Amino acid sequence: MSNDHGVGEISLRRARWSAPETAFWLIAVASIFLFSDRYLILTEMAWLGLFALSLDLILGYAGIVSLGHAAFFGVGAYAAGLLAVHGIVKEPVLALLVAGLAATVLGFVTSFLVIRGSELSQLMVTLGIALLLRELANKFSNITGGFDGLQGIVIDPILGLFSFDIFGKVGFIYCLAVLFVLFLLARVIVNSPFGLSLRAIRNNPLRAAAIGIPVNRRLIAIYTLSAFYAGIAGALFTQTTALASLDVFSFERSADLLLVVVIGGAGYLYGGLIGAVVFRILQDVFSSWTPQFWQFWIGLVLVLIVLLGRERMHRGVLWLPRLVMRRFTDARRGSAASGKAAP
Amino acid sequence: MTTLFTILFDGAAYGMLLFVLSCGLAVTLGLMNFVNLAHGAFAMAGGYVCAVLVNQSGWPFFAALPIAFLASALIGLVMEQTLYKHLYRRNPLDQVLFTIGLVFMAVTAVDYFMGSSQVFIHLPAMLQGQFELFGIGVGRYRLMIIVICGLLTVGIQLTLARTRFGSRLRAAVDDPRAASGLGINVPQVFALTFAFGSGLAGLGGALGAEILGLDPYFPLKFMIYFLIVVTVGGSSTITGPFLASLLLGIADVAGKYYVPKLGAFVIYTVMIVILIWRPNGLFGRVTQR
Repeated sequence: MSNDHGVGEISLRRARWSAPETAFWLIAVASIFLFSDRYLILTEMAWLGLFALSLDLILGYAGIVSLGHAAFFGVGAYAAGLLAVHGIVKEPVLALLVAGLAATVLGFVTSFLVIRGSELSQLMVTLGIALLLRELANKFSNITGGFDGLQGIVIDPILGLFSFDIFGKVGFIYCLAVLFVLFLLARVIVNSPFGLSLRAIRNNPLRAAAIGIPVNRRLIAIYTLSAFYAGIAGALFTQTTALASLDVFSFERSADLLLVVVIGGAGYLYGGLIGAVVFRILQDVFSSWTPQFWQFWIGLVLVLIVLLGRERMHRGVLWLPRLVMRRFTDARRGSAASGKAAP
Repeated sequence: MTTLFTILFDGAAYGMLLFVLSCGLAVTLGLMNFVNLAHGAFAMAGGYVCAVLVNQSGWPFFAALPIAFLASALIGLVMEQTLYKHLYRRNPLDQVLFTIGLVFMAVTAVDYFMGSSQVFIHLPAMLQGQFELFGIGVGRYRLMIIVICGLLTVGIQLTLARTRFGSRLRAAVDDPRAASGLGINVPQVFALTFAFGSGLAGLGGALGAEILGLDPYFPLKFMIYFLIVVTVGGSSTITGPFLASLLLGIADVAGKYYVPKLGAFVIYTVMIVILIWRPNGLFGRVTQR
């Protein structure tokens, strides 16, 4: 029964929507009504989730470690901010796309630098690019506003219909919608033959090349796509907070992002989203303990995760849900069997 | 002409300081392949130990320097034995996450205990000001740095090349299995090296407080500089990182003097170009393994 399943069939089965996935998105939609006094933090979770999704695409599916993913986030954020300030593209959704494309261009250009060389030089080059952009944004303060950030960002109503309200409800629904659409796209991509070839590259680039996968072209493609996602996340950040300052490029942002993906687990798309929710809650709890020093606890979490081992941690967390699921499916199979036996 | 010499002199002092700060990392990252982003935290520890001893306990500056070295070396040894040791064989992502976590903890812990403002170490009068040498203004403090760091560099080079410990270290790095087969206690060699490298970073942090500035964000601000020294210098010899730090120091000082508008932009660009052009570093050999 198990031997004659082709790769295509297995990946098709994987591509099917499962019950937990549907539940995840239903909860996400329900949060619009359940946590109506927490829209700001929910919005943050949404764009952070999208940002983490973009890192997951390269880290979890292609095995590229980036220490400077904030570069694309920052470009998206500044692009959205500048478009709004100078009134070039007034409509938010269109501006979002333009900002995403700006990050895409940067991603495409820098991908050639990143895919070269060892893991160490990958780390260095990604880190260097983010620092470089931060320095640029600092030097061209007449355009970017320097340390004070862009002033006077006013975002027009979405599609000319829904204007951003003071409670952030519209902002959250907007972010959630964008996240969902891009998530669907990512889901299609990673389950396609292209996505499978990426996983082959991650597991063994040499073998992947030997069976005829154009390794470099695939890596460039996914890196560019990931930059697009990060750019959109940055633009969402700017559009919902009306802020764009130098810290969009900061190293801490890239480092926090790694933590987000690691908390949720890389390589199954939901990791980034779950990680974003957990990270934001952790951050909230930590800063209620020690307002200025929450980063200490974030650091401690990172250290502990590595010492415990990432796989072991995820196994531990998933133990209870898996047990419940197994009970559930066993019960259903049992009842189905008894139902068949009855007549 | 004299400004050119002053730039060269200041740049050399800066570069040698960078070398002392980062040569521990050259061994852990370059030779042992451990991505230690928390290297700057050891330097910061040395700097703060020196600052507390000199400013609050009234120790003489030169007596506080060895203590800074010892304190950082001790912290390094303890950290290596308790934490780092288990991570040598992990993949780079784990090492990156772990050391970033350490940096975050170090930064906020120092911020909590010492305050977030910049700390200055009271220097003895004989180290302040500058004197004229062949018409060139020579800062006393920078001259001292060049002398101390120069001696250290020679000492490190001789230790690595001539002593039994140096050959053990090179053997342990080249092929840990064969080295332990020959009866070399590889974990002990690594632990001592790590402690020594951390100690040097601590000494560098104490010496550099005057030039680089010392505040809780030191490990984050200078992380990229240490990494540049190691990646650009390559890891085959200690000479590579040394030349790379001199280059970086002089380029940085010159860049700030001649094109202040560009700032650190030049350095990052140069680093990326070099990494593209020669992924194993300017002075690196092609790795055999």
